Amino acid sequence: MRIVCNGMEREVAGGTLLADFIRQLGLELETVVAECDGRILKREEYETHELHEGSRVELIRFVGGG
Amino acid sequence: MIWVNEKPQPFRRGMTLAELASAIDPGADIFIVNGHPVSATTALQVGDHCWVWRRGRVPSAAEMGQLLHARHTPGVQERLQASAVGIMGLGGLGSLVAVALARMGIGALLLADYDVVEPTNLNRQYYFLEQIGQKKVTALCETLGRVNPHVAVTCLDKRLVEEDIAKEFTGVDALVECFDDPAMKAASLRAVLRDLSGVYYVCSSGVAGYGDNALIRTRRLYPGVYLVGDEESAAAPGQGLMAARVGIAAHQQANQVVRLLLAAEKEDERG
Repeated sequence: MRIVCNGMEREVAGGTLLADFIRQLGLELETVVAECDGRILKREEYETHELHEGSRVELIRFVGGG
Repeated sequence: MIWVNEKPQPFRRGMTLAELASAIDPGADIFIVNGHPVSATTALQVGDHCWVWRRGRVPSAAEMGQLLHARHTPGVQERLQASAVGIMGLGGLGSLVAVALARMGIGALLLADYDVVEPTNLNRQYYFLEQIGQKKVTALCETLGRVNPHVAVTCLDKRLVEEDIAKEFTGVDALVECFDDPAMKAASLRAVLRDLSGVYYVCSSGVAGYGDNALIRTRRLYPGVYLVGDEESAAAPGQGLMAARVGIAAHQQANQVVRLLLAAEKEDERG
């Protein structure tokens, strides 16, 4: 199914959970803020939130150092 | 006309700094004319800019406001003085942001860090040799008092977790994220977006190394929410945090706070 992530169309398997999608991008869950269809998700939702056809996802990934 | 301590004064041929001192501060022992230290008996000329100062004197709040007003455009000073800014993390980014805002005359700072000053901090953080071993909140508070004692500084010696953020910083106008740990950077942005919508927010990601200056950017994430850094350069062996590049990011953060407080970004009404 097709979703949009950070403005780019991506093809993912039906029923993919947000956490799996983030991991597939090579990112660590703890360092990512996720907005799905206009809503900022709680951290504990990453493992239960299921993406659907047309999901609009915005991910902001942080790197360490300050 | 001459200028004495940023105030205009009528000029009289032959007038000296000693005369001015007796009217302004008889205990003055530092005299500067046009950027050069001089003796009290120096005769002045039309157009001279002078400072008459007693070593160690702390300016009053009103005087400090006047000094800042002389440098900043009208209206700027009043806005900054009426503002409170929170800074999370007082390391390479946070310590510099705090000093920059204090110098510019911010009204209040709420500073949070649980850490202690260590020798390897000195390559970039705004601490001094004699402060090694001190709590960062304590050391920085003391330094800020030497720079601008009229900033109301509150120290929070606490290791923050996501649930703390909305509670601790609900009273500030702007919040600056200067954490080292990327998990706390993410947690903090999440907390702000979910629970702290009335506060301007400037976070950071990617400030390590000595890569291209131009890659350190300020990017708008949401109205009133900005991210500073190159979003790639994580602190790692072979790519350490260094004073120059971290300083670029820290001052972009500080300037972005000022821009938000002064409503320079038209699309950023929050709350």
